[in-house]
Amino acid sequence: MSDGGDSLAFGSLALALLGGALRVSTPFLFVSLGECITEKSGRINLGLEGILVLGAMSGYGVSLASGSPWLGVLAAGLCGLMMGLLHGGLCSLAKVNDIAVGISLMLFGTGLAFFLGKPLIQPQAPMLPSLELGAWSDSAQLQSALRINVLLPLGLLLALLLHWGFRASRWGLALRLVGDNAAAARALGYPVVPIRIGATAAGGFLAGVGGAFLSLYYPGSWNEGLSSGQGLMAVALVIFARWNPLRCALAALLFGAAGALGPALQSQGITAGYYLFNAAPYVLTLALMAASWTPGRSLAGAPGELSLTQR
Amino acid sequence: MNAVRTLAAPFMPFTAAVLAAALLFALFLAAQGFPAMEALELVVEGAYGSSFAWQNTLSRAAPLMLTALCVALPARAGLVIIGGEGALAVGALAAAVVPAACAGWPALPVQLLMAAAGFIAGGAWIALSAWLRHARGINETISSLLLAYIGIALFNFLVEGVLRDPASLNKPSTTPLAEPFLIGAMPGMEVHWGLFWGVLICLAMGFLVRQTVFGFAVGVVGGNPRAAMMAGLPVGGLILTACFLGGGAAGLAGMLEVAAVHGSANAALLAGYGYAGILVSFAARHNPLGIIACAILVGGIGASGSLLQRRIDLPDAATLVLQGGLFVALLAFETLNRKGVRRV
Repeated sequence: MSDGGDSLAFGSLALALLGGALRVSTPFLFVSLGECITEKSGRINLGLEGILVLGAMSGYGVSLASGSPWLGVLAAGLCGLMMGLLHGGLCSLAKVNDIAVGISLMLFGTGLAFFLGKPLIQPQAPMLPSLELGAWSDSAQLQSALRINVLLPLGLLLALLLHWGFRASRWGLALRLVGDNAAAARALGYPVVPIRIGATAAGGFLAGVGGAFLSLYYPGSWNEGLSSGQGLMAVALVIFARWNPLRCALAALLFGAAGALGPALQSQGITAGYYLFNAAPYVLTLALMAASWTPGRSLAGAPGELSLTQR
Repeated sequence: MNAVRTLAAPFMPFTAAVLAAALLFALFLAAQGFPAMEALELVVEGAYGSSFAWQNTLSRAAPLMLTALCVALPARAGLVIIGGEGALAVGALAAAVVPAACAGWPALPVQLLMAAAGFIAGGAWIALSAWLRHARGINETISSLLLAYIGIALFNFLVEGVLRDPASLNKPSTTPLAEPFLIGAMPGMEVHWGLFWGVLICLAMGFLVRQTVFGFAVGVVGGNPRAAMMAGLPVGGLILTACFLGGGAAGLAGMLEVAAVHGSANAALLAGYGYAGILVSFAARHNPLGIIACAILVGGIGASGSLLQRRIDLPDAATLVLQGGLFVALLAFETLNRKGVRRV
């Protein structure tokens, strides 16, 4: 094969990767930002997978019934909010373990979505619009790579907002204080438990919106195999991003690109190793955690109250 | 009278939670126009109403007992392990490659080798989490979850790659086990021998954690690692062993799914037993004997699904809703439990 052919193949691979990353990273982005808020408050919600699936179902159903995909997104967020409230409320009771509650909500949310979503498998609901950022180019491939959904810029904006908010706003500082040192927060008069419940509910809202993306944009239908574990991956993603919203956005793109690498290579005729590429983000996260460990300290950037980062 | 009350006390939150979950499930169904009371009766009938129902229930309970031990044993040592699904995957994989190397052998040694391979692979997978925690300070909950994804990816990679049986076209699988290597039903039942092993290992682990010096030492490590270190206990070794035994149980569950249910390793055996086992263990408060009962309860709900579907046309996800709701209720009612329970 000539050099020209190689660079062409490489160029289209890169484009497929970029397009794939932009397309599939949005649910990662919303779910991880949501989990980031929750974990900043010192709790962990492993139930986001259930919330994601429930959000996908309810978003699709409401979009179908009302004709407005945006109402669907709102409904998905509100469903997530309710589940987040349930998690936050239950974990505020004495002797209730937040990890186990998260996993039971994962089962419960998935079951609820499958149960109520049975009639939604056939009909076609109105979809979210996309933005043609590639309209200036006449390469069809570039156009399709740069055709992004409207939720992606909203998510990136939200990441910026959270990044600023955690550092500079009153609520952001209160949230971080509650997550870093509950005793100090209590001494300053901040209501620890309500703040944590609120943070979990907000995290649930965002995970629900991430779910609506799955059913209302890409893949763009409701079925029981819709989520491929994006909700569970959020936990790994937030640690990978070290609880920083901007890094969450980068990590979401990276996780999206890693997920897109398999199909992109497949389109180039390389089929081996598909599943290993899918596993790459987890190996990276594990390696990062092992490398960044220093004796006597928990992971840098971790909220101090988070059970996950204490020995 | 007081003795009865003392004995019954730990079961009160449990009973209350089961009743609450049943009530919520009934309300959920009634709100959608399904016959709620009939549904509850059908759950009981489909789970425990006939010998057929019991066999279905027990077949589902067997892997849950083993994957629940993957949470319960590390929990005794103070670790929260949630990666049982990964241990199950690598255990199944290890067990599935054994028969290829032993063509023409008698069945029993091959089956024992398969069980050993599954146990060791699953055990090593979870012990890796324990080692990462002990040596590198990485939280075991996260690392076991990450390792679960890695294990599942490895499983899919190998099953669809080098280990794939070329004859399995639509459903990539490893080479099917030869007939004599399959694990059959127990005498007089249609339940496979996995149930026997599940119960036996739960009983053995119960004995281990309650009656032996090792179990006591693990409990001390779980209660206060620093005190355990001061007392000269080999903390790292105890944590590693507890995790190895737990992971081994989950790996054995994978082996049994291969040898007794599916006949080969394929994606169908990653049906979420690892995740459900986490909840079974928490619901049983990490008590190996309680795990047997909880697994039968949860397996029963799963078994009633087809009857619910047939008689009153409920979607098959109804059992997921009930299971999820039951776990939420069980965990929530734990707050009523007055006796100090270890918060793992």
